[in-house]
Amino acid sequence: MLEAVLSRLGLPGYESGAQQQVYGVIGEFATPEDLLRAIRTARAAGYTQMEAYSPFPIHGVDEALGAPRSPLGRIVIVFGLLGLSAAVLLQWWTGAVDYKLIIAGKPLFAFEPSVPIMFELSVLLSAFATVLGLFHLTRLPTYYHPLFNYSRHAAASNDRFLLAIEARDPKFRAEEAKLFLDSCGSLHTEVVEA
Amino acid sequence: MADLAIDPRMELNPPLVQGGMTYSDVTDKISSIVEGKAPKRWYIGMAVAVPLALLLFACLGYLVATGIGVWGNNSPVGWGWDITNFVWWIGIGHAGTLISAILFLFRQKWRTSINRAAEAMTLFAVACAAIYPLFHTGRPWRAAYWLFPLPNEYLHMWQNFRSPLMWDVFAVSTYGTVSALFWFVGLIPDLATLRDRATTPLRKKIYGLLSLGWRGSATQWRHYELAYLLLAGLSTPLVLSVHSIVSFDFATSLLPGWHTTIFPPYFVAGAVFSGFAMVVTLMTLARWIYGLENLITMKHLENMCKVMLATGMIVGFAYGTEFFIAWYSANQYERFIFLNRAFGPYWWAYWSMIACNVVAPQFFWFQRFRTSIPAMFILSIFINIGMWFERFVIIATSLHRDFLPSSWGYFRPTWVDIGTYVGTIGLFLTLFLLFLRFLPAIAISEVKGVLHQQVSAGQAAPVHGGSH
Amino acid sequence: MNELIQLNLSNLTGRKYWRSLNQLADTPEFRQWVEREFPEGASELLDSGSRRTLLKLMAAGFGLAGLTACRRPVEKILPLSKGVEGYVHGRPLHYATAVQACGAATGLIVECNDGRPTKVEGNPRHPFSLGATNAFQQAMILDLYDPDRARQVQKQGVKSGWAQFESWWLEAASKLGDGAGLRILSPRTASPSLDALKAEIAKKYPNSVWVEYDAVNFDRVVEGARLAFGQPLMPQYRFDQADVVVALDCDFLGLDTMTAQPVKQFAARRRPEEGRELNRLYAVEPNFTVTGAMADHRLRARASDIAAVALALARELNVSGAELKVLDGAGGRQKKFLAAVAKDLLAHKGRSLVLAGPRQPAEVHALVALINQALGNLGQTVSYTRPPFAPADSLAAVRQLAGDLAAGRVTVLFALGGNPVYSLPADHNWAELFRKTAAVALAFDENETWKAALWQLPEAHPFEAWGDVRALDGTASIQQPQIQPLFGGRSALEIAALIAGRPQRRGYDIVRSYWTSQWGADAEKKWQQALYEGVIEGTRFPAVEVKADAARVLAAIQPALKAAPAGIETVFYPSWHTFDGRFANNAWMQETPDPMTKLVWDNAALLSPATARRLGVQDGDVLELSAGGRQIHCPAMVLPGHADDSISLQLGFGRAACGRVGRGVGHRVEGLRAEANFWFGPAEVRRTGAKYKLVTTQEHHTLIEPITGLKRNNIVEEFTVEEYRRRAEHGKHEPHPPTDLFPEFDYSKGYQWGMAIDLNACIGCNACMVACTAENNIPVVGKEQVGKGREMHWIRLDRYFSGEEDDPQAVMQPMACVQCEKAPCESVCPVAATAHSPEGINEMAYNRCVGTRYCLNNCPYKVRRFNFLNWNKDVPEIRKMVFNPDVTVRMRGVMEKCNYCVQRIEEKRSQAKAEGRRPIRDGEVLTACQQVCPADAIVFGNINDPESRVAKLKRQARDYAVLEELNTKPRTTYLARLRNPNPELV
Repeated sequence: MLEAVLSRLGLPGYESGAQQQVYGVIGEFATPEDLLRAIRTARAAGYTQMEAYSPFPIHGVDEALGAPRSPLGRIVIVFGLLGLSAAVLLQWWTGAVDYKLIIAGKPLFAFEPSVPIMFELSVLLSAFATVLGLFHLTRLPTYYHPLFNYSRHAAASNDRFLLAIEARDPKFRAEEAKLFLDSCGSLHTEVVEA
Repeated sequence: MADLAIDPRMELNPPLVQGGMTYSDVTDKISSIVEGKAPKRWYIGMAVAVPLALLLFACLGYLVATGIGVWGNNSPVGWGWDITNFVWWIGIGHAGTLISAILFLFRQKWRTSINRAAEAMTLFAVACAAIYPLFHTGRPWRAAYWLFPLPNEYLHMWQNFRSPLMWDVFAVSTYGTVSALFWFVGLIPDLATLRDRATTPLRKKIYGLLSLGWRGSATQWRHYELAYLLLAGLSTPLVLSVHSIVSFDFATSLLPGWHTTIFPPYFVAGAVFSGFAMVVTLMTLARWIYGLENLITMKHLENMCKVMLATGMIVGFAYGTEFFIAWYSANQYERFIFLNRAFGPYWWAYWSMIACNVVAPQFFWFQRFRTSIPAMFILSIFINIGMWFERFVIIATSLHRDFLPSSWGYFRPTWVDIGTYVGTIGLFLTLFLLFLRFLPAIAISEVKGVLHQQVSAGQAAPVHGGSH
Repeated sequence: MNELIQLNLSNLTGRKYWRSLNQLADTPEFRQWVEREFPEGASELLDSGSRRTLLKLMAAGFGLAGLTACRRPVEKILPLSKGVEGYVHGRPLHYATAVQACGAATGLIVECNDGRPTKVEGNPRHPFSLGATNAFQQAMILDLYDPDRARQVQKQGVKSGWAQFESWWLEAASKLGDGAGLRILSPRTASPSLDALKAEIAKKYPNSVWVEYDAVNFDRVVEGARLAFGQPLMPQYRFDQADVVVALDCDFLGLDTMTAQPVKQFAARRRPEEGRELNRLYAVEPNFTVTGAMADHRLRARASDIAAVALALARELNVSGAELKVLDGAGGRQKKFLAAVAKDLLAHKGRSLVLAGPRQPAEVHALVALINQALGNLGQTVSYTRPPFAPADSLAAVRQLAGDLAAGRVTVLFALGGNPVYSLPADHNWAELFRKTAAVALAFDENETWKAALWQLPEAHPFEAWGDVRALDGTASIQQPQIQPLFGGRSALEIAALIAGRPQRRGYDIVRSYWTSQWGADAEKKWQQALYEGVIEGTRFPAVEVKADAARVLAAIQPALKAAPAGIETVFYPSWHTFDGRFANNAWMQETPDPMTKLVWDNAALLSPATARRLGVQDGDVLELSAGGRQIHCPAMVLPGHADDSISLQLGFGRAACGRVGRGVGHRVEGLRAEANFWFGPAEVRRTGAKYKLVTTQEHHTLIEPITGLKRNNIVEEFTVEEYRRRAEHGKHEPHPPTDLFPEFDYSKGYQWGMAIDLNACIGCNACMVACTAENNIPVVGKEQVGKGREMHWIRLDRYFSGEEDDPQAVMQPMACVQCEKAPCESVCPVAATAHSPEGINEMAYNRCVGTRYCLNNCPYKVRRFNFLNWNKDVPEIRKMVFNPDVTVRMRGVMEKCNYCVQRIEEKRSQAKAEGRRPIRDGEVLTACQQVCPADAIVFGNINDPESRVAKLKRQARDYAVLEELNTKPRTTYLARLRNPNPELV
């Protein structure tokens, strides 16, 4: 169990048994525009398994990489409705079933006074769903990733834009990929260990 | 889908990021605050804030040990400064989420350099506010858990969900939680930046742990942006609901001066009003401490002044409406309570409120005041004071002379009342200064996003002359 | 039977306490500390100066609690199982007894829980109680457990014992001879067995003198009758027979009678429902008293002008053929008033009643007697009997005593009870005079007299000692103890027996033997009956046939009726807080507001708005009053409706030697009170410029709003009899009910408790407030906290003035939780700590309350009380014995309020269940406020039973709900105040 968690977190020593030795080839670009251009060329060249790294989200990258739409919205809706019904059940069961009290001669349960809490619980659960959903989809937290083996990976959170052609790409040949990225105008290209 | 690309509708003139900064300049500038030594001014701030925060805990300790009697509360004025301060703080806590969420949805790019600090302010304000609902109770040691729907061993009773105070418990705790999540999610990419720049192993560990291993991969950004949008979407109705629900504490009672339907919109407007005032106060201070003129530009501040002017007008209009309705209702008690506010024993509180909330913002009609740091600083302080008086007027003047003249009374604060209030301000400032010191006070990645658009719009040169 | 319970009690109480503690730690300091029972300043709460000391004291309290709790009594215990027949553990026992004040007795029934007397009720069989009591009698129970009581026989402050004292006395007595040097000073007492002892003493010491003195007494009333009829007599009034009552400076509903009888009789004539026409009350008075507040017409007059008024009235009525001289002072308005009054009186010959207050000189009483005679009221509304106490001019007697003391003619002086050194006329320095002789003080607490005496003897509380007392009409009762003396005190009766040299000196033997000698044959049976019923059959005095020769009497008294000098005069009144000082250490009374001024924890120099304006005086300005070369200081307070040029002062404050509660509370006015101006007299007034903080429970006096000047309706409804008659024809007006948003809760089944309060009967005497305090363990918070608006009374009396400021009318409105069916407090409580019982009571769950005070804010009647601090933190151990075991003692931080004495309802419910599951009868459950009310203004019961009294009252046309428009549907409704004005005066 603990093992599983630790390896999920990818903590040093618990890396998930890496089959292949190479993660892929990473090239570095100065501007988002250069990056986009490189991705498009790579796609044209037939590469399919690519990942881009940037200090801020860049419009068009997803389309360029051909990434699917995020399913986060659907998750959140479900949990929102869950919160709503939880609120109704809570207020109805506690007031009208489990412990009946005459309060100011009012009905034991009514919708009007229940609205605020219905709203709040819906929002609360939605928010939790959003964040946990995000963590799940983006595999956070993950404390180990091959990217960190790239010598200039820090630049990705500063002012550089990286493009990785991953080893699992059927068309992947380390040398070819390296040359290819250089040809795209990569300022610094490396083959990165997994 | 959140679209940070160039938006032709948007005039970025003057640019939101100035001084021809590059991406790395932005990184360096903001990170240096966290990485470098704290300036003397920061220590001066702490020297003021920390002792006050300690005073708060002293007062609370005395309060819990002795009883509510150490405050000025009495019958008929069952609520005094306690709930006044609660509403005041909650109000201040509105600007943060409002700026991050609503301005985000409205694509107001100028929010980027202030939203992080504003959100932090929200959290700390809500924390200060949350102190009061708990400690204003006669038996906080029970209230602490009886106010939540936990099956309790004691009487096997449940809460009364008809009570606005119960709604408060849910509204405030939800608001606090969601704001915290929103804030943290926004922080993740910047924490990653700090991790990557970290020089000492300790920093690397801490920021590494906090940034959860963020890499800024396209996949992550994709989900991240949707998540951020969703949170913004959730926070927007939430921020509007919180003060509406707080206003229900009063609106659903039958006390003249409380029993009124105008409260929800009126309270929300007031909250935004005071919230922005507090943001301006803090931003001007932050600029002064860290010299962030290029990031928190005059444009940001001027926009906030405009918001204050607008909300100030709404609040003033609400004051007028209250009087009109009181007269129009032809209800003797209503009419009396409002006249009593203006001309009764608490006239001074009422007119201070009018002066600070209605008169003061009028200066913002003139650009001269909207663009003068000292002017907007002083005016924002006035507005903060005025909004405190608004809550005090609503609570104290309505309670002290209600239906039966036989039980009329008067409220006088004690030194503990004052200490508790000043103490929360100390706590608030302490937390805010710590935030400035140890976390990126400005959303690095978002500023870069804006910068990128400026670049594309050919307004600045991010790379040339940049760091190679 | 009583013997038995006493045996147990001796183990349950005082003696065991202290012995065990002394044994425990025998250091002198500790012993002394223990005897103080609580360190100095223990009741700091009462002047909440330093809270810090409280922590210490609380610790001390726990210490004591532990010690007392873990000790077994030393004496042999008689197990309760073999104890009182019919005694069920946990069920209270009730004993009939009687107490007296100012020579007038009231029959009581005292409730004892496990041997602790905890609650006082009136004895329905007693003619002067009729089941009710006044506030003071309610508060007596607290005095019993006063930790500051005298606890130890002392000689000049040095600890001694009864044995030493007795041996000292035997020696002193041996030197007394014919008793020329023996003086005995005691309060007015009407006690058959004491009279017997007096006779013995007089026989043994023919030249001894027994002086009786009370700061408040009926001397002038009795003397007035003597002037009129040639013999000292006590008037007996029948207010229930009088259609027209004229009270001349007589607060007969308030402090000028210490009994409930007049109120009961008067209130019986204020209920139109009962068919009899409403009586009409005229009041002529300097101070604005509760009697004046009840009056249909009120004339403000200085006390010294009353003689002129009486004379003018006598003239109008032509009480004798002879022409009467008229004194000036009776102005134009007065003339019109008196003419109308006279006309009204003449129209009700034989059914009218004129009476004067004890402050008025004997001549005025004589005049009043003539008037009643002329109106043919003698034998109808007023009759005369011999007074129950020895008639004597006590002022002359004390003057004589002072002379003897000064001249050193007194060798031994007994001061049996009371506090003469504090209350005797200021002509002499009594403390000094007492020190000139061997003074023996029998005192209840370590008061001024105690301090001045050679021998200091602790006096037993009336609930601790045997005795017998006569009511004003002679009706005798046995004073039956409820508990063994907590601090080994003895009664005046026992000391008298000692003086008389009786062999048997136990109160029981004295009383028993006296009555046995009276009854002869079936004494035993009669004794049992007397104890059981609380009254002794056939002891009431017969009315004396009297006839006055008007002309002769007038000739005799006219010279004495002088025109009053102009200028300011002072009038001395008993106080609603301390009466004459005897309740000064009683926190309940100190905190119960004065009915008219709403002042607490203080007395004040009351004066009219006009006089205040003239003198440039405002509330709280300290005045210097001087008369006969004596000065006192007293803060001024403006009282609307007070007579001009007159200043009313309340006795019994500024006690120098007193317990922690009363010490230094208020200002001593006795310093101004000499023989010459014993009741009233001219005085000089000067503003000292000093300010003094007076605290009242009600800040706003009227129903008129400031700023708008609008009157608030729907709070107090008031009609004239005429208006009401017209209204009644239409039947009860039902306000068209506002439509509800949700279906009503169904209250149509089972008991549904409700209350009706008759504003036309309520005189605002505070009895309900104190009764509620005693029944519901309501804490006392002290002057400072009341000043902050934190008083805890569950029921309060709202007093509203109406009309012009100088001569207003007043209405009293008892206000407790009205038990709204749609209670605004309930819906706002987040933890549901206050909710409705199916029987319609708005109940508080103290242990669920977290104290948000939201309910208080949302209560339109502001009847909820919050424990802002731990009011019970420093309650001394012994003081805890007064707590009602059926009611929780609330902790700090919780809300509390009236709950219709739910504990009494449950008691009756279980009783009814035990008696074969019968339904609870109407009138079986009495709330504490209802039971004590001398005016029967409060009626409680099941509103679902159409035959119940409360249901009937609620059907009356004058029934209304306070703040009806809020639609809170209160279960307590009010019956409108009616006024019965004289058409000629409106």
